[in-house]
Amino acid sequence: MNALDQLFVSLKQWLVGLFPTSLQLGVSVFVSAAAIVGVYAGLFAITTWLERKGLARLQNRMGPNRVGPFGLLQPMADGIKALIKEDIIPQRADRLVHTLAPIVAVVPAILALAVIPVGQNMVAVDLAAGMVFFFAMGGVKEIGVFMAGWGSRNTYSLLGSMRGIAQMISYEMPLVLSALVVVMAVGSLSLVDIVNAQAGYHAGILARWNVFTPWGLGGFLLFMVAATAESNRTPFDLPEGESEIIAGHMLEYSGFKYALFFLGEYMGLFAVSGLAITLFLGGWHAPFSFLAWIPSWMWFFGKLVCFIALFIWLRGTLPRLRADQLMEFAYKFMVPMVLVNLVAVALWHFTAGWTFLGGGLLRWVLCAALLFLPFLGLARLVSKRPHRIQRVYRFAE
Amino acid sequence: MGFVFPLIATLTVLGAVGAMSFRKSIHAALSLVVALLGIAVTYLGLGAEFIALVQVLVYVGAVAILVVFVMQLTRSEGGQGEGMAVRPAALGVGTAGLVCGGLISCVVLLPDFRTPWPEKADVGLARLGEALTGDYVVALEGIGLLLTVAIIGAVLIALKRPNKEETPE
Amino acid sequence: MAPLHQYLLLSALLFGIGLAGVLTRRNGLITLMGIELMLNAANLNFIAFWRHSPNPEAIEGVLLTMFAIGVAAAEVAVGLALVIAIYRRYRSVNLDEVDQLKG
Repeated sequence: MNALDQLFVSLKQWLVGLFPTSLQLGVSVFVSAAAIVGVYAGLFAITTWLERKGLARLQNRMGPNRVGPFGLLQPMADGIKALIKEDIIPQRADRLVHTLAPIVAVVPAILALAVIPVGQNMVAVDLAAGMVFFFAMGGVKEIGVFMAGWGSRNTYSLLGSMRGIAQMISYEMPLVLSALVVVMAVGSLSLVDIVNAQAGYHAGILARWNVFTPWGLGGFLLFMVAATAESNRTPFDLPEGESEIIAGHMLEYSGFKYALFFLGEYMGLFAVSGLAITLFLGGWHAPFSFLAWIPSWMWFFGKLVCFIALFIWLRGTLPRLRADQLMEFAYKFMVPMVLVNLVAVALWHFTAGWTFLGGGLLRWVLCAALLFLPFLGLARLVSKRPHRIQRVYRFAE
Repeated sequence: MGFVFPLIATLTVLGAVGAMSFRKSIHAALSLVVALLGIAVTYLGLGAEFIALVQVLVYVGAVAILVVFVMQLTRSEGGQGEGMAVRPAALGVGTAGLVCGGLISCVVLLPDFRTPWPEKADVGLARLGEALTGDYVVALEGIGLLLTVAIIGAVLIALKRPNKEETPE
Repeated sequence: MAPLHQYLLLSALLFGIGLAGVLTRRNGLITLMGIELMLNAANLNFIAFWRHSPNPEAIEGVLLTMFAIGVAAAEVAVGLALVIAIYRRYRSVNLDEVDQLKG
């Protein structure tokens, strides 16, 4: 079991050991970087196929079925098509900004993946402030969106990038604050420490994941909503809403540059899902103690695939929000809820000493009530429609 | 590794010069991003990892983004006519040059600044946190209060007051 | 690692460039960016001198930089709000056109 678990770690050690000592650091960095890019790019290819197939099934269609068995070679066909397509730069576009934008959008997304532990002893860089690094990279990505929108010199692109930036800034606050809950509970910004803090099992069976605490459950749900908005997925895909502004900031891109944006978007999705897994779902830990024999990296990627399936399901199910609804939801619901959650985790921390009979249960109920009551109030506030406009149809009678 | 600092420093200064001199203000803002990232890398070289990350998070992720956002909101993309001021630009540059020259001559002439670096480990995050919630907790709360006041103030300033708006649209 | 005075030279240059921008540019946003550049130059000095101090316990430089970044963030928020308010009133962000005290 252990040999299989540490298979890739020992493989890397063996590979690095082949080189002289002076080169080993460089080789190690290269191997890690190549592994991250290779694995997630492969996952990206599989995800595009899964998404097209899954959406098709949700919409009662067949989906891609021409290239290879079950259309499995479709991602390759897409890739070849993107590579040999003509690369068009609009005449009035700002050439330099237009060209740099896809790179600025992709690179931070890949860099953010480097701090996420994918298995036992399997993390490219264990930064002491790994979470700050992750969110910093998320901030740099916004510059890419802006550059694409402005550099294209197209009204739709500009609108899309404005929407995108407004949305990303607004939802970055709930995203960071809901992740902060875990930092408060664990006392470390290092993602490896956060995973390690979730080791062990309640009563020898159920894992000690953060999601099994009231603040963890609340934080997880809030984090997922903010993450969906941050990665521009339905129902928060306003920046690129096809039926409104065609493709937003990506409108003027074609061929390989468009594929890069696409890649960046999915890398961002993987990164934010990976962070959710790390923070709330125990990273590479198994959910039950009797399942711990399955290798840790399988757990991580299994959870990641579940997240991808969830995102595809959401995309096939939910309609898109309006821009004002989006902002209202961010500031009237998400931000207050996230702040309440911070109070809940503080309460959880201070009641840690309640070991008397029923103390654990009382603690659970207290924290859950602290979260649930504001939730009820805020949900009523947000779902209230103060100005219902009576529609008048003049010509459609 | 001796070539890293000169490279980064050159990039940073070029970014800063671009930020202050490009005619199109969007180009200036993007150039500022280069300068800010260069400064972050410099922090990294000095062993202040956390500050480097905070620099990227706050300056690139928030400040630069907000600046370009407001640029689009106010349609101040620049281009025609905008640029150097009509009032003697040489005066401004001269004053800045004088200040800068004074600083540089201080740095170059004083021998204190040529002593070698002492051995030092990175400031641990735990220690930073303890200092922030211990000796410096008042300052931390002050910053928190300042930011809150700034947010409220910013919203109030930028708030649209339709009844008082008399300027032609 | 480059010697201390090179870091200080970089910081002085950045400060000078920022000051020149603030003094010569008319666009309010560029002026704001110049101020940010000057603040960054000061922060760079804080970090350089923190690293240069022989006392291993000293973390004041790092703390001051963090506070300076916090103040800069607050300043940008208010500054940008002012720019938006000015734009609403004058339809311009050109600082030379903002010449009335009456709001």
